[in-house]
Amino acid sequence: MFDSLSKKLEAAFRKFRSQGVMTEENISEGLREVRLALLEADVNFKVVRDFIDSVRKKAVGIDVLQSLTPGQQIVRIVHDELVSIMGGGEDNSLNLALKPPVAIMMVGLQGAGKTTTCGKLAKYLKKEKRRPLLVPADVYRPAAIQQLKIIGGQLGIDVFDSQADDKPQDICSAAIRFASLNGFDTVILDTAGRHQIDDYLMNELAEINSAVRPAEILLVADSMTGQEAVNIAVGFNERLDITGVILTKLDGDARGGAALSIKAVTGKPVKFVGLGEKLDALEVFHADRLVSRILGMGDLLTLVEKAQSVFDEKESARLAQKLKKNRFNLEDFLSQLQQIRKMGSLESIIGMIPGMGKMMKQAQGDQPSEKELARIEAIIRSMTTAERGDHTIINGSRRLRIAKGSGTTVPEVNQLLKRFSEAQKMIKQLQKLGPKGLMKGMGGFGKRMLPF
Amino acid sequence: MSEETKKGFFRSIMDKIAGGESGAEESASFLDRLKNGLEKTKKGVVEKIDILLLGKKEIDASTLEELEEILLTSDIGVKTTVELVRTLEQRLGRSELKDGHALREALEEEILKRLLKHHTSLKTDEKHPFVFLILGVNGVGKTTTIGKLAARYTATGKKVLLAAADTFRAAASEQLAAWGERSGVDVIRHKEGADPSAVVFDACRAASARDVDILLIDTAGRLHTKVNLMEEMKKIRRVIEREIPGAPHETLLVLDAATGQNALSQARLFKESAGVTGIALTKLDGTSKGGIVIAASYEFGIPIRFIGVGEGIDDLRDFDPEEFTEALFQS
Ligand SMILES: Nc1nc2c(ncn2[C@@H]2O[C@H](COP(=O)(O)OP(=O)(O)O)[C@@H](O)[C@H]2O)c(=O)[nH]1
Ligand SMILES: [Mg+2]
Repeated sequence: MFDSLSKKLEAAFRKFRSQGVMTEENISEGLREVRLALLEADVNFKVVRDFIDSVRKKAVGIDVLQSLTPGQQIVRIVHDELVSIMGGGEDNSLNLALKPPVAIMMVGLQGAGKTTTCGKLAKYLKKEKRRPLLVPADVYRPAAIQQLKIIGGQLGIDVFDSQADDKPQDICSAAIRFASLNGFDTVILDTAGRHQIDDYLMNELAEINSAVRPAEILLVADSMTGQEAVNIAVGFNERLDITGVILTKLDGDARGGAALSIKAVTGKPVKFVGLGEKLDALEVFHADRLVSRILGMGDLLTLVEKAQSVFDEKESARLAQKLKKNRFNLEDFLSQLQQIRKMGSLESIIGMIPGMGKMMKQAQGDQPSEKELARIEAIIRSMTTAERGDHTIINGSRRLRIAKGSGTTVPEVNQLLKRFSEAQKMIKQLQKLGPKGLMKGMGGFGKRMLPF
Repeated sequence: MSEETKKGFFRSIMDKIAGGESGAEESASFLDRLKNGLEKTKKGVVEKIDILLLGKKEIDASTLEELEEILLTSDIGVKTTVELVRTLEQRLGRSELKDGHALREALEEEILKRLLKHHTSLKTDEKHPFVFLILGVNGVGKTTTIGKLAARYTATGKKVLLAAADTFRAAASEQLAAWGERSGVDVIRHKEGADPSAVVFDACRAASARDVDILLIDTAGRLHTKVNLMEEMKKIRRVIEREIPGAPHETLLVLDAATGQNALSQARLFKESAGVTGIALTKLDGTSKGGIVIAASYEFGIPIRFIGVGEGIDDLRDFDPEEFTEALFQS
């Protein structure tokens, strides 16, 4: 997600590295690159200015270590500083340890993704063994109430029966009463989108706030937001004293500098990030991971966690068995492909793998797409059971038949087979990690084992 | 880093942003800026430029650097800002710009030049039906813009039809139906989860059969980086092209004024895969300046057609480059 920023910073750091000694001069040149990169990443320019100042202060006068180049030292300072600003090490969990029912109020601009995020959060809390009630309090946007009702239905989570001609303040108060009477421990309030300068609507939020006293007031912010992120965050925070931020739509290519701006000016932690339209595409925010991503180190941990939660355990065990016996074939590969696809769009998975973002940029045009995955599936499906079991029997005429059957070409079939052989070799190496290492090895999937 | 330095960092930013000098807390909406545009006293950027230049006989490097920062806060973008500043530098070098007033005018002129480069107006009378395909990322205001367009064309006596091809988002077609009702316009819709191409097919047929003047096709929000969703968009286009030769006559990309540099990526990729021919810039009733559309229009050759200035049915305006540039320079 922070690909371009990583690229820029890398370029800047390369400049540092090429210098033998750290001098005041080469620092400022490099820092100018960092400044531009951050600006291009939509970090607010004042935040950038202060960030650069504080990095400069840290860097100047520092002992040049023997073990590190000046460039590496700056990288470390930039990294630590970013982690520190993003709240690394701080507690960013939801504070729901109050007398139930506790309320979570979602606020933000129009179109930030509040309603979808309400659904995702409810699903997340349900998994955490809470009993959430969804409350539509957007009486302005046409069909907003209905949208949340449908989402609740999809999730099997109750939705308060709000009506569009009720006052949002009344809806929220009534919903709290309803929750305590009916044993819900968490109430998620979906409010209408509004500009922070809209006095009437901001008053409405302030009134809901004093009536309901939510345990959490979460600002839902679009990761594509530009310089305005600062005004938005300050506006909502001044009025409501928000407790945290959820950053949405990070599954795109937004550089997400808005997150940095918001955290810097409000001091309020980012608690979750939204990574897709599906209702399970919500993840706990990790500052260090995000910063690692900013610096191009990828987000392997997230991927492994995700793999662990999505992969069918029995199927994984079966595959592990096969791997051990060195009998991993195309059939198994197909099954793995399908499991991987359950983890989300390929693009989002690849983004989490260290170095992949960069590789994809370099290999523009032939990046593995959903379409390509579908093609691989089609090719394997056009093989006989015997062929899937042992790909070495696939000769020229079989290749032609498979290509025809799958609507692909012989070179495409050849490519798949060649890469599968390579993948098999990889698997043998992976085996050395032992059964426990297998899951970790999943992280290497997209990178080395998938035949594309 | 130590707790103290961290506080220092936050506080210093807070002071700068919330505390004053920036004027951020006073920033008015686009509407206000439009109104203020008529007033003699110009605040914001122009005022800052004036302050910048008043005491200084010479326009030096640091003046231009500060100018650069002022432009950046409007989301004009690093590249355009650097280009603008460079152009101003050259004109300064040729001694064309004597004082602050001249510098300000030159800046407005340069921005206007970019906005006018591809500026054309839509001629919806020339095709029958005239087909709009509306697209953009999630939540930018596609459906709302369609609601407003439906009202606008109905008011001029045209027969309008809406197609609810967002079959993905919960209650998306209900939302469009509500807008249809407001203008008394029919909506072609299928069940949630239906194939959007099928909706579009039906809508195209219905538009021809019912002698419709304007067909507005709503689509699901999609991130421009999602290959499969962009493929779906291409398929929708193919259906339209097949059913109504020459259509869609306007493929309108909706951009949110609060969006930063990502708008360029949106414009590039949506143009590449969906053949965008126009931009609608929404939510200018907030404090966002939407400066990134200057580059989006200029670099990708896409005219800006409309601006959204609120959630009401009448809150849609034709894009006016002069007005936009003026408003950009108000705070
Ligand atoms: N203030 C303001 N809100 C807008 C404008 N256009 C759309 N919206 C709001 O933005 C939100 C998302 O709009 P919607 O049309 O559903 O977006 P879509 O997902 O792109 O179809 C809704 O709450 C709209 O009311 C505008 O010009 N100004
Ligand atoms: Mg919509």
